[in-house]
Amino acid sequence: MLRLKINGREHVIEQTLDESTPLLWVLRDQLGLVGTKFGCGGGFCGACTVHINGAPTRSCQLRAADMADLEVTTIEGLAGPDGRLHPLQQAWIDHDVPQCGYCQAGQLMSAAALLREKPQPSDADIDAAMSGNLCRCGTYTRIRKAIHSAAAAGRRRT
Amino acid sequence: MNARLEPLTDHSVAALMRQAEGHGSVMPVSRREFLTVSALAGGGMLVMLGTRGVAQAPPGGGPPGAPRPVQSLAPNAFIRIEPDGAIRILSARPDIGQGIKTSSAMTIAEELDADWSRVTVEQAPVDASIYGSQNVGGSRSTPMSWDPLRRCGATARALLVAAAAQSWGVPVPECRTAASVVTHVPSGRQLGYGELASRAAALPPPDPASLSLKPRSEYRIVGTPVASVDNRSIVTGMPLYAMDVRLPNLRYAALLRAPALRAIPVSGNYAEVKRLPGVRDVFTIEGAGNGGGEAIAAVAVIADSTWAAFTARNALKVQWDRSKASTDSWSQAGRRARELAKTRGSQVLRSDGDVNAAFASAQRTVEGFYSYPFLSHATLEPQVTTAWMHDGGIEMWAPAQTVDVARPWIAQLLGLPLEKVTVHLPRIGGGFGRRLMYDFMTEAALVAKRVDGPVKLVWSREDDLQYDYYRVGGFHALKGAVDAQGKLSAWQNHFISFSADGTSPASGGNMEPAEFPLGALANVHLSQTLLPLRTRTGPWRAPRSNGLAFPSQSFIHELAVAARRDHVEFLLELFAGMPQSSGQGLDPARAAAVIRLAAEKSGWGKKVPRGRGRGMAFYFSHAGHFAEVAEVSVDAQRKLTVHRVTVAGDIGLIVNPLGAEQQVQGSVIDGLSAMMGQRITFEGGAVQQTNFGDYPLLRIAATPVIDVHFVRSDAAPTGVGEPALPPLAPAVCNAIFAATGVRVRELPLSLAGYSA
Repeated sequence: MLRLKINGREHVIEQTLDESTPLLWVLRDQLGLVGTKFGCGGGFCGACTVHINGAPTRSCQLRAADMADLEVTTIEGLAGPDGRLHPLQQAWIDHDVPQCGYCQAGQLMSAAALLREKPQPSDADIDAAMSGNLCRCGTYTRIRKAIHSAAAAGRRRT
Repeated sequence: MNARLEPLTDHSVAALMRQAEGHGSVMPVSRREFLTVSALAGGGMLVMLGTRGVAQAPPGGGPPGAPRPVQSLAPNAFIRIEPDGAIRILSARPDIGQGIKTSSAMTIAEELDADWSRVTVEQAPVDASIYGSQNVGGSRSTPMSWDPLRRCGATARALLVAAAAQSWGVPVPECRTAASVVTHVPSGRQLGYGELASRAAALPPPDPASLSLKPRSEYRIVGTPVASVDNRSIVTGMPLYAMDVRLPNLRYAALLRAPALRAIPVSGNYAEVKRLPGVRDVFTIEGAGNGGGEAIAAVAVIADSTWAAFTARNALKVQWDRSKASTDSWSQAGRRARELAKTRGSQVLRSDGDVNAAFASAQRTVEGFYSYPFLSHATLEPQVTTAWMHDGGIEMWAPAQTVDVARPWIAQLLGLPLEKVTVHLPRIGGGFGRRLMYDFMTEAALVAKRVDGPVKLVWSREDDLQYDYYRVGGFHALKGAVDAQGKLSAWQNHFISFSADGTSPASGGNMEPAEFPLGALANVHLSQTLLPLRTRTGPWRAPRSNGLAFPSQSFIHELAVAARRDHVEFLLELFAGMPQSSGQGLDPARAAAVIRLAAEKSGWGKKVPRGRGRGMAFYFSHAGHFAEVAEVSVDAQRKLTVHRVTVAGDIGLIVNPLGAEQQVQGSVIDGLSAMMGQRITFEGGAVQQTNFGDYPLLRIAATPVIDVHFVRSDAAPTGVGEPALPPLAPAVCNAIFAATGVRVRELPLSLAGYSA
């Protein structure tokens, strides 16, 4: 049995799993949280990025069994509990960032961690924080624009 | 429908390729379309425009040399108008990131004069009898759908106007529409579409010949920037993709495929693997099908989770019979091509004028041996299909770009009537040509036959890179001349490509005799040699052009340099002498216009910042004219920085500028990604790359500023998923030469020590 705290909720997995099972596949196959994507299984592409206690992490490289006392946040938990979108999600829509869209959950999770750390990131900050996330369609230009735009929206609010 | 089990050839891949290149003929719309209008239970109306019994031969349905199969036209749409004014539009074709779901709905909504804020868009179910072709590819969805979709919207609008005129007792010409409202102009009375829907549904459909389409000056939706209709679901992580399918009692499958094509599993530790935790079954699959639907011989593992399936698959130890297996070797092919480059090819594809005389009288001659590698598509969503045999049929969820072909094939494979094959089209996590193939559906169908309940076949990234239908590599031994006037006076190319059957080029490995600049020159000799190949090849974004543009557009620059001429002036001179073509061929005036626009916007001819160089390239493909200027610098360690790429394109009228710009940005990044470090190599029939560690994609830090400009045009819209890609590599390589004096003739750049 495995207990996980995901998006503020306790989940209990009764099924016996191989202890090597990555968090990614528990999220997707056991819990149906399929917003976190499988892209490479090797930690290269970042499509599976989630937050572990707030830090952006590749869920394909983490054993689910090691997550017991940690807070996991997935793309399904990025919007507020009232369903209000995270400013980055809104910026992604406004700037029409996605093409195929498959990598974008991972992109958003990395970007959200960046903005929490650095609410007003420079281009170099964006390069550093987003370099682990691949986009096969090539949406990088708009990703950069959307992050700056969400940061600017944050400035206006404060 | 006659998808057949044929001897293993790649003719059907070649046919898919032709489709991807847009060679399918278009049927006239008016004779084929029919229209139905029905009342909805709740009081709304439903307008349906469909095809009546349009014959749909699958690509590959004929022997080589037979007339090309007719691609059915796509008059395919549903409009559903509810009494409250909500409008639902169904997209017949799947969205692979090209934005068709959004742009097709915009096109319908424009002629409908709909209030866009009340429009929702959904994916239509698969039904050829209603929707006609539901394929996508070859930048063809927009041009093929443009007229039928507009007529669909105009039909619904005509009905709503007729209903309003009838209820007011006024003549139709006194009524106008805007944003889902009909107005009687003289009296100012108004009725909303929702209020009119029931009455409109009772009216007979208008005569298609009487429909009038809006003049472009009245467009309110088409031509405005509209964000993708799926964005909200994407950014909130909703289950949209085939990878996300979940069903009760779902099992998971992974395959260990033959290490080289045509190797056959003889024996293995199947019983041992079957005892591993979470594993349900282990069995072998014989190869089946051919071309785009070919399943390779494999050992299948069925398990309770993806991870259990992957883990067990990796524990398999299988003995393979390799007696008939592929022994393809990229390194050997390269050595052979370098030997052949010293000669002309035995197969002459084109011979104009007298190249020998032109070389003899040349002011300067230049020779260059160019090569480019095999490439994988590497869609970020790996191949995946869920299949479920139940109730005497099969139900499938697949990222299928050619469902028109795949569905009858699956019916034949399983011996089922077509109506017993249900295919769902989820949003597709990237295409680039890969999803024109449906090998993953064949595999899933073969697996599902052995599983009680639904089963999801998931490819790992390693599977995806190693069992692709690759962009074929190629070699060009070029020789050219400039005369005393500095004009390009001779062009000779020995094109060394590959063939699966010994006679016709492998898919994507052919050169058309009219490929630019061949049609623009007086003295041309084009010959070809085909090396044997068994590795699977297929369409990759901008098929054929994605390889051919690099040698030809680099070599034109080499000749311009040899003539000590400005590259832009040299290029424009080529078009000045070309005959004006018709239809969707290269148009010299449009070509010259994009070259001038790219030059102007990039500051061509003005001083470049110190240490930088500018390079230009033009290409015409998929009905689109594109010119690109790259500005680069290279440091002492050969770190290449692409500072800016200026793109000028002409794709006719632009339906969604936001989507069009995005496709161009993506094409530039895709082009850079491929040219920097991507190559697929194979030895002993096995592909050597395994994951993104040795098949790198460009990362955000290496992304240049991309400045996109379109020629304003009223020409019919053409697709933009592909034509911006081919000029990128030669533009960057020409810029490297301008910055450093070093000519790059081999891709990827990493082979010469360049890094991003």
